Amino acid sequence: MEIKISIKNLEAFYGKNRVLKSVSLDIPKNKVVAIIGPSGCGKSTFIRCLNRMHEVVGGSMTGSILLDGEDVTKVDPVLLRKRMGMVFQKPNPFPTMSIFNNVAAGLKLNGLRNNKKLQPIVEKCLKQAALWEEVKNNLDDAGMNLSGGQQQRLCIARALAVDPEVLLMDEPASALDPISTTKIEDLIFELKKNYTIVIVTHNMQQASRVSDYTAFFYVGDLIEYSETRKMFTSPDKQQTEDYIRGRFG
Amino acid sequence: MESGIIKEKNFFHYKKKFTSVVMMSLTMVATIAAIVPLVFIFYYTISKGITYLSPQFFVAMPKPVGEPGGGMANAIVGTLILIGLGGIIGIPVGIMTGTYLSEFGHNKFGYVVRFLTDVLSGVPSIVVGVVAYTMVVMPMKHFSAIAGGIALGILMIPTITRTTEEMIKLVPHALREAGLALGIPKWKTTLAIVLRSAWKGIATGVLLGLSRAAGETAPLLFTALGNRFWSTNIGQPMASLTVYIYDYAKSPFEDWNQQAWTAALVLILLISILSLLFRIITRSKYKTN
Amino acid sequence: MRETSEKKTAGKKLFGELFSSHNLGDFLFERLTLLFAVSVFLLVLLMGYQMYHGSKLSIDKFGLSFLVNSTWDPVQEIYGALPIIYGTVVSSFLALIIVLPLSIGVAIYLSEMAPAWLEKPLSFLIELLAGIPSVIYGLWGIFVLVPWIRNSIEPYLSKNLGFLPIFRGAPYGFGMLAAVIILAIMVLPIISSISREVLKAVPHSLREAALALGATRWQSTKIVLAAARPGILGATMLGFGRAIGETMAVTMVIGNRALISPSLFDPSYTLASVIANEFSEATSDMYLSALIYLALILFVLTIIINALAHLLVWSMERKWKAA
Repeated sequence: MEIKISIKNLEAFYGKNRVLKSVSLDIPKNKVVAIIGPSGCGKSTFIRCLNRMHEVVGGSMTGSILLDGEDVTKVDPVLLRKRMGMVFQKPNPFPTMSIFNNVAAGLKLNGLRNNKKLQPIVEKCLKQAALWEEVKNNLDDAGMNLSGGQQQRLCIARALAVDPEVLLMDEPASALDPISTTKIEDLIFELKKNYTIVIVTHNMQQASRVSDYTAFFYVGDLIEYSETRKMFTSPDKQQTEDYIRGRFG
Repeated sequence: MESGIIKEKNFFHYKKKFTSVVMMSLTMVATIAAIVPLVFIFYYTISKGITYLSPQFFVAMPKPVGEPGGGMANAIVGTLILIGLGGIIGIPVGIMTGTYLSEFGHNKFGYVVRFLTDVLSGVPSIVVGVVAYTMVVMPMKHFSAIAGGIALGILMIPTITRTTEEMIKLVPHALREAGLALGIPKWKTTLAIVLRSAWKGIATGVLLGLSRAAGETAPLLFTALGNRFWSTNIGQPMASLTVYIYDYAKSPFEDWNQQAWTAALVLILLISILSLLFRIITRSKYKTN
Repeated sequence: MRETSEKKTAGKKLFGELFSSHNLGDFLFERLTLLFAVSVFLLVLLMGYQMYHGSKLSIDKFGLSFLVNSTWDPVQEIYGALPIIYGTVVSSFLALIIVLPLSIGVAIYLSEMAPAWLEKPLSFLIELLAGIPSVIYGLWGIFVLVPWIRNSIEPYLSKNLGFLPIFRGAPYGFGMLAAVIILAIMVLPIISSISREVLKAVPHSLREAALALGATRWQSTKIVLAAARPGILGATMLGFGRAIGETMAVTMVIGNRALISPSLFDPSYTLASVIANEFSEATSDMYLSALIYLALILFVLTIIINALAHLLVWSMERKWKAA
């Protein structure tokens, strides 16, 4: 099993505040890893360290994160983020752009402007995001006119357009209705054939449905990391069991 | 998937990074360029004004050109009287309207009033002066401090309304709820609890409004007009610091030009100190919330 | 006992049916503050009426041709506002062109780039710039800016670019150029502080989305600017509205002559500076009425511009709050 991202002794800080303590885990290629844990345990911070978005809000980190063996802190973050796509909790399509331009945004930011070349890529990404059938006749409509679930799939298509190797998803379905949530979960199942996916979720059923591996965080510590099936049937640590059984949250 | 994106550094990558650095530095340059005139104006006002600054400036009367020892006592007192008159109108209307907007103004009428207050704040002060002229000077058939005061009062209303509304909004809702939950009627809650908590901010907002009125010239030019002599009669023309600066600056006499700088210095210090005070007090309100 | 309390409840019920408040204190308080709010409403209407009434004489005589007649000659009682409107619009417009990129640059720097400890004092300094009284700008204008223009800038422009119509004429110092520069300085703080508010209103998630796609800081800023466009347009309009109403600083440096000229070196006249200059000396009723007519034009112009601008800025803020 190939390791896509290797994390060793990751510590994350906001100023002097330490929010992640010595986290080490390996993320295998083309698998889905779910990050679970109660609010404030550092799950969002963890995922943002991976593509260095943590720095944008003034955070810092120590330890090593290796993407295909390459140290992430030694790479230009602008380049790094092209290899790791990110989908956020609240759908955030660009408000002034059409559906087409939203998907193409990442490409345009990186120099690809020719509409003829963009067209097939946009189509392919919208198909991958299971949105193509719904929007293929109104690609020039405003991205903001779509429903919440559609907007989120648009954001997924946008992230895919840059051809990343890894998809980082921060609670992608938590702002959506159950039907859209199911669509997104089906999507993740399809996407993992081609991408490595790390998904943060506070919904444990979602984690057990969708992921291959699960990591349980608690107040900045990685408590347990194992195959999802094992984590949800016979976890090693008592704390994990307590969280999963809903004894605290 | 063919996307044509090269993940390594290529020409486009360097170009966009270069553009980013250049543009963001330009914003820094723009900020420096914006501060430069401020520095200039302060520097000139202070350096030219300070030579004539002395206690005498505040207590002596203007003297004819060439005679030493002139001061602007009548202008300073005049400004104070004028903003006082303005305050009589501006402060109650502003505070009451601001209170209305924050307590009851979440309906269509409140929207209209807020909108009109904003629009009023954009009306040039000279237009307000013309209105005061038609309403007061014309019927009275002569210039007076009252007319000037009314013009200044109207000008103060938007500032005081807005700051009052904002200061009241800053009072945490929990405080209000605590009062209401104790059975205190809404009006008493607002007066005793909410306003008591917000009064510092409101007071500074009032000071800000007054200081801005002190800096107005245009509306006074044909309402209070100006007065070379000592007068506290509000039914007659009255001197003011700003009109003095204007008259003395336009004059061909260097002696008077010099005094204009000193008056400007006094005015600018007054306004800056009050602005700073306002910032400090409102900042601490934000912190405690 | 029971009777009185029943009466009380009956009375309260009556109150409750008629008004929203449940006791006399609330009722009075709400009505009292409402009274003041209504007075503001009435005030604006009153102002419009006063000016209309005051200018009726000249409106009756000149009508709308007042706006296009190009002679302003109080001595002969010929009143045409065209050169004055020209001066007003051109000086403000040119000032706006100069200051717009600068203001947006400042807004971007303060909202995206400046470290927190620097941003607060800097934004205070810029606020201070807005608080300096117009007459002090004018004072500085007369004794510092105008000599500088007369002795350095205008001769330089005259020598090197004097063939251009906008730089033709003798270096007088006072004139359109001085007014444009001073207006630019005065209007910058307004545009930049409102733009900064507007940029802050754009949710952070937008920047995050752009950066996560591999955007540089400037690229993400461009996307935020595009989202804030209506608000920035509103800020610009507010700046324009302020510029056309600016009185003292302009009248002290613009030369106060009603003429239409392409050259920046020539003097000019604005609506506000005519009124400031000539109002207290207006000798005849017609003269006064013509001046009030000018004030009415200025009033209407600023109201329209400010109303539109506020609608733009508010619509933006509401859009983001709902989102």
